Amino acid sequence: MRLIEAGLGIDVRVIGFEGGAKFEERMLQHGLYPGDQARVVRFAPMRGPLLVEVAGREIALGRGVAQKIFVEALPCE
Amino acid sequence: MRIALVGRPNCGKSTLFNQVAGYKADTGNFHGTTVTFTESKVRVAGQVIDLVDLPGTYLMSGSNPAEAVAKEYLASRAVDAVVNVADASHLAQSLELTLELLTVNQPLVLALNMMDEALRMGLKVDGPGLSRALGVPVLPLVASKGRGVRGLFLSALEAAHQTPGARLTPAATPQARHIQAQELAAQFVAPGARTLTWRDWLDDALLHPLWGYAALLLILLAFFQTVYGIGRLLEPPLLALFDLLTVRLTAGLGAQGLILALVVGIFQGVSAGVAIVLPYLLPFLLGLGVLEDIGYLPRVAFLMDSLMHRIGLHGKAIVPFILGYGCNVPAVMSTRTLEEPRDRFIAAALATLVPCAARLSVVFGLVAFYLGPLAALGLYVFNLFVIALTGRILSSLLPEDTPGLILEIPPYRTPTLKAVFNKAWFRIREFVVEAWPTLIAGSAVLALMNFFRISFLLNWLAWPFTWLMGLPFETGVPLLFGILRKELSLVMLGQALGSMNFGAVMTPTQLFTFTVFVVFYVPCVATLLMLRRELGTKGMLWITLITVIVALAAALLARFGLGWWLG
Repeated sequence: MRLIEAGLGIDVRVIGFEGGAKFEERMLQHGLYPGDQARVVRFAPMRGPLLVEVAGREIALGRGVAQKIFVEALPCE
Repeated sequence: MRIALVGRPNCGKSTLFNQVAGYKADTGNFHGTTVTFTESKVRVAGQVIDLVDLPGTYLMSGSNPAEAVAKEYLASRAVDAVVNVADASHLAQSLELTLELLTVNQPLVLALNMMDEALRMGLKVDGPGLSRALGVPVLPLVASKGRGVRGLFLSALEAAHQTPGARLTPAATPQARHIQAQELAAQFVAPGARTLTWRDWLDDALLHPLWGYAALLLILLAFFQTVYGIGRLLEPPLLALFDLLTVRLTAGLGAQGLILALVVGIFQGVSAGVAIVLPYLLPFLLGLGVLEDIGYLPRVAFLMDSLMHRIGLHGKAIVPFILGYGCNVPAVMSTRTLEEPRDRFIAAALATLVPCAARLSVVFGLVAFYLGPLAALGLYVFNLFVIALTGRILSSLLPEDTPGLILEIPPYRTPTLKAVFNKAWFRIREFVVEAWPTLIAGSAVLALMNFFRISFLLNWLAWPFTWLMGLPFETGVPLLFGILRKELSLVMLGQALGSMNFGAVMTPTQLFTFTVFVVFYVPCVATLLMLRRELGTKGMLWITLITVIVALAAALLARFGLGWWLG
């Protein structure tokens, strides 16, 4: 599934990106790597960006960006 | 002795740089590329060293040509030691860059910044252990309060005189380094209970779908009220002082004729600079620095992202717009924070269409005074509409190739007075050094043209515009002087028309059309110079052309729309 489809507050793991090397590079620059655990903490109103928590940091991602990030749900421990 | 500072964005590197940046700062271009590093001479522990501020993101990417330049520069003889600033409260991310730097054959010191924040989060960082594992000195730092700065630089100086010892071998790929960094962080940082719940609490309010916008409105209102308040308080006595000085000086010199005109022209340029810098630019930059250092601006970007998308930009571009209402100069400066050149161009073009404090005085003096406050409000709404339309057109002409906003939302921090003042000073110096001299020269040239009675030439130059807009022939000179400083359009209108009662010499439609044109056409010289600095001469000329087209279209719309409406 895509990050944008992950519900609010659900822990997911990043598995990959869509959108070419340039996009992947930008994500890596901002410290988002495949294998990272992430969680959507907040949605901005009016189809605005998502606030995503990754390893204690919060990153705002536009919907177009969140659309290009593939994630998987983490099994409950 | 030259020391390079490297760190990820938001690690506090700029804070450290500003803490120590001393009496001289240069910006240098390296190897014919557009990679710009800031360099400053600083005095640390009785020694003068050159401190180079190197953007850390350059080192993290693969295909970026700037990366190669930055790495080559780091490894070169020009650098004696490298100080890597890391965010101790998020060590895993910071260590990725550190691992990369281990391969650079230079003395390296790791500074663990924001130790206070890490402590508040309950983290325990094992500095000595990390130092042994990496094979480089590791020092604690709280850059925002200036703690640990001296020790850090002493250690860097010491390291510069020694040959680097055996270091940890970093993994080969970014992916593997990411994991390696996480393992190191897990090994040397003992997690504690997260006690920072007030941040979540504050964000719940400030990023709320409803209250967030109410808070934004209130905060901006308070910000503008304060800045305008200070500006209004400072500007009149400053201008009066300069008027008095001009009179005294010309009388003292016994100047007449040409000399008098020249002196008055030069003084007008000087006072224009002072009247922009002191009352408006300074309070604005200080206020902006506070909002920036608290961490509120990224949150504004988060809230406004979806609205900004409608005019083809991202949330980050909201900052130039907010600033534009005070003064376009810091607005154009702030486009620097946008990554894409396309976004910078569009944001700068639109920000120059925002009516600044100077244009506010024209709107008040002409439209509000003669046509009523509702007409002035209408003008502001019309202005927003024109900006949105221009944004749409520009963004369809320059299609975007980026997917959207990616912006780290930092934790709230208490701004320090020193950092805020330093930042404001750095920005003001750019204006004083680059824009002011040109402003003075331009003012002198215009004064000369006026002296040799070639003002009718200026009127002829502006005639195609004034004719199209149905304005009196004599309005050409005030419009051209308005490029120097926007208030001059109002001040010189009286001179040009021979009456200060504009209602008697111009029709309501002419007054409105004139003001609409003043609001949109060519930004003032100070803004133009800042545009050239940020976007280059070509970008500046394009934006000038765009503003003229927009101003003419908007003025014609006002002329015929209003003419039709008023019968």
